[in-house]
Amino acid sequence: MKTIILFISLIAFGIHGIAQDKYFTKTGTIRIDATSSTSPEKISATNRTVSCVLDTKTGNLLFVVLMKAFQFEKALMQEHFNENYVESDKFPKADFKGQVTSAPLPDFSKDGQYPIQVKGTLTMHGQSKQVDAKGTITLKDGKIILESSIEVLLGDYSISIPGLVADKVSKTASIVIDCNLQPYKG
Amino acid sequence: MNIRLLALLGFVLLAGRTSAQEPTNLSSILGEDKPEKTYIKSAFKSTRVINGHSMEFLSAGTMDFRILHRFGELSNGLNNFFGLDEASMRMGLDFGLRRNLMIGIGRSTFKKELDGYIKYAPISQATGPGASPLTVALVTGITANTLLFADTTRKNYFTSRLAYYFQAIIGRKFSDAFTLQLTPTLVHTNLTSVLAPSDQYALGMGGRLKVSRRVALTVDYFYRVNGRTENLYDPLSVGVDIETGGHVFQLHFSNATGMNERAFINETTNSWGEAELRFGFNLSRVFQLKKQKA
Repeated sequence: MKTIILFISLIAFGIHGIAQDKYFTKTGTIRIDATSSTSPEKISATNRTVSCVLDTKTGNLLFVVLMKAFQFEKALMQEHFNENYVESDKFPKADFKGQVTSAPLPDFSKDGQYPIQVKGTLTMHGQSKQVDAKGTITLKDGKIILESSIEVLLGDYSISIPGLVADKVSKTASIVIDCNLQPYKG
Repeated sequence: MNIRLLALLGFVLLAGRTSAQEPTNLSSILGEDKPEKTYIKSAFKSTRVINGHSMEFLSAGTMDFRILHRFGELSNGLNNFFGLDEASMRMGLDFGLRRNLMIGIGRSTFKKELDGYIKYAPISQATGPGASPLTVALVTGITANTLLFADTTRKNYFTSRLAYYFQAIIGRKFSDAFTLQLTPTLVHTNLTSVLAPSDQYALGMGGRLKVSRRVALTVDYFYRVNGRTENLYDPLSVGVDIETGGHVFQLHFSNATGMNERAFINETTNSWGEAELRFGFNLSRVFQLKKQKA
């Protein structure tokens, strides 16, 4: 009788233990920069509320970004970003759904730094586009640090830069990602 | 006994399975979004509809340098270049102190008048739980005429130069494109001309229709409730706002020349009915005085 109960609890706990292959954060950082080379002022912003989930078993990766959470140094720039460029009221979120394609996946039980390749779909301003990116995964003390940097052509996402500000705002934006993922305990 | 135990075992196992079942969709891990209260922005492109205050506030830590011009009557014709030969102007500085608090000062060429105001919104339109569908803002201002006194033989007081105005702005951004506001206003003038009452009540109406991301049509009207004498008219302005990065150009046609509340509510002596229109513009340039944390 006692052995059976022990057996049951072992199985039950065992199953819970296996479920720890997903890592996530809701406080990741994304920095965007669309400063043109001729611009006297910096066109850049930081978002510190990026959500990210990584499934270490399948390599599936998801980012969700709230557009209104991008903080600019200049209030007016932030207003124009939301109002005229990304239209945050109409398209409040951007997301990336993809997969780590570089095989084999790193051994997530060991500390270390691994270069990775990611492929997926970036949806922003109502437009979706295939994106390939390089990044690194750093494993330390049971946490995962995910870093990457990509360049996007704003025109691909129907974000037009009017001629009047073309000397300030670049047609491409760099997106720098830095997410510190914790194990997800379902 | 054995059957019960087996049933229990099966139940626990099943329960264990379901609770540990992996969400097939990664986004379910992030959970539902909690709707947050977010204050609306960009109800108007500028803190003025055209002449009157709008429900829009400057962001905290910014300064708006405003240059206003009102030209002569269009009907003056080519000889006076349709009014552009003469201009009345106001220069002003506005400061955003808080999300819902701003102050400003200005000086107009008309009557060499100084003006200053405080604008505060106790209620701001927002989205999300517990949000107000309207913005209610209060403005109080003072104007000081600095011309020499007309009659130097009588005893003149400094207070005779002053006028005050009190205004409530009740506005709503109905959609991305359309905003409407009502602005009941009281202008108190310490020393008035024979024409205007010392307490002038007016009901203002301001609207904006966005036609593209950077262009909007505006209308600004004040109905004078009392003191409707023959030679004074209600100020009506229609215009277009053009936003170009850091600048907002507000181009308009109006029968008013005044550029502060006392002047355009109390002293509009031209009429749309007689086509006594003028061209005018407001130029607004916003500077960030205190950088935001980015």
